Amino acid sequence: MRRISCKLMPLFVLLGLPGHLAFGQTGAAPAISSADNAWMLVSAALVLMMTGPGLALFYSGLVRKKNVLGTMMQSFAMMAVISILWALVTYSLAFDSGFSFIGGLHHVFLRGVGLGPDPAYGGTIPVQTFMIYQLMFAIITPALIAGAFAERMKFSAMLVFMVLWSIFVYSPMAHMVWGKGGLLNASLGGRFPTLDFAGGTVVHITSGVSALVCALYLGKRVGYPKEQMAPHSMVLSFIGACLLWVGWFGFNAGSALSAGTLATSAFVNTHFAAAAAAIAWAASEWLRNGKPSALGAISGAVAGLVAITPAAGFVQPMWAIVIGLIAGGFCYFMVVKVKTWFGYDDALDAFGVHGAGGTIGAMLTGLFASSAINPIFKDAKGHVLASGALEGRWGQLLNQLVGVAIAWAISIVGTYLILRFVDAIIGVRISPEAEEEGLDLSQHGEEGYDLAS
Amino acid sequence: MQKIEAVIQPSKLDAIKDALMEAGIGGMTILEARGHGRQKGHTEFYRGREYTVDLLPKIKLEVVVPDELAETAIRIITSTARTGKIGDGKIFVSKIEEAIRIRNDDRGAGAL
Repeated sequence: MRRISCKLMPLFVLLGLPGHLAFGQTGAAPAISSADNAWMLVSAALVLMMTGPGLALFYSGLVRKKNVLGTMMQSFAMMAVISILWALVTYSLAFDSGFSFIGGLHHVFLRGVGLGPDPAYGGTIPVQTFMIYQLMFAIITPALIAGAFAERMKFSAMLVFMVLWSIFVYSPMAHMVWGKGGLLNASLGGRFPTLDFAGGTVVHITSGVSALVCALYLGKRVGYPKEQMAPHSMVLSFIGACLLWVGWFGFNAGSALSAGTLATSAFVNTHFAAAAAAIAWAASEWLRNGKPSALGAISGAVAGLVAITPAAGFVQPMWAIVIGLIAGGFCYFMVVKVKTWFGYDDALDAFGVHGAGGTIGAMLTGLFASSAINPIFKDAKGHVLASGALEGRWGQLLNQLVGVAIAWAISIVGTYLILRFVDAIIGVRISPEAEEEGLDLSQHGEEGYDLAS
Repeated sequence: MQKIEAVIQPSKLDAIKDALMEAGIGGMTILEARGHGRQKGHTEFYRGREYTVDLLPKIKLEVVVPDELAETAIRIITSTARTGKIGDGKIFVSKIEEAIRIRNDDRGAGAL
């Protein structure tokens, strides 16, 4: 086949067809696999479901009822705004080859993002499938931050903040870890190969650490922590968390970018880590308060899902359980103890779960990664090298640390500067009167529960 | 005529309602209420933070009855709503000067 296509090459040139496209059609290059593509399209839909309704329900149940719609809109707005931004510029900034720190502009307006495969991005799926799949990650990441500034950020300011954040924090981080030529890209020969299967650094550390910066910058909600601000509907949160768990299969197993054995590994690990972390968190509560709460169980599951995200396609299932147990206990400690010690108002614990869980998950990935699950490192002759520290590759922990440190740094600096800018032009916080009234009425002019009508 | 206002546990409403109907006391008004007497509420934990809930959900039931039925109504409510624990509720009794049926201007006990 290869020879035929070579012979035909002058013909393609004559017809003005790009050679590689015609080459792909002859079947010699990796072709599109309908099976892989089917799984990836389903995965993309699952990941979108994590933001709406998953995260929207999870978060909105945790706020007071005057803020339920405002909180849902923070998630939903990302589904609309970040999508358009992605098509215009951020996909290119994240996934065009370009520089070590950020991609170029060759794919703005989705130029060249066609239906052929790209060996660097899946290889057996249309690059457009890869693009729409990655978009769903770009949507949920800023939506996660909203947990920190819940109940007190101006909607207009949030939109501008999220757009800038997506351009200056998310896109560079995604490019460094997953983009061609990225500094931290482990599968494409980055300088500091950081193992991050589905976004422990790209999604959870960036959102979680940025969330902490937001919580500190905006300050506490009026009345916190003296006033009671109990969640208004654990039922909404419960449904949301369960949708997150299911959607996470698309998030992690989909990150295999194919429907093969690696997707199975990631799927299995994802599930076991969530289960183990739910048990760890609920058990911690049971010991301390005498009762295991529903909120504790679902928060634990989310913490486990966060921590297994970077490790999903790298570790053996029993290590996934260990990661889940550690994450459940550690995030419980961060949320219940550390937050109280420092007194910051991370309203829905975006930092305590995503920042802390993402960080510990990224480090544990470097410890437990197995070359039998995912032979990602090879020498010049193609021999498989060890992946994680337990296999003897102790230097991988250092690589993970570099990835984690860069994610923390870009999140702290980027988020702070963007907040300063948005504060100067619009003002980030609603007035105390509007806060008293609630986001629903003050920002959107409607109510979540109008029981009189 | 007497007005009997009873603050009761929500779970006892159906039993009281049925018992009153059986005794021939058909009309009543039910209010969903929150409050507390000696029962001091409870604590809830959300992610390690402790919340005290001291206003508990209650039902307030109001019936207006002819004088001769008042003791019967009180007996029915106390015997049906009683569990013997704090939080069973209270009954308040007061005199009613007049009752008027809006539909046809009936007055007094006949309007009940």
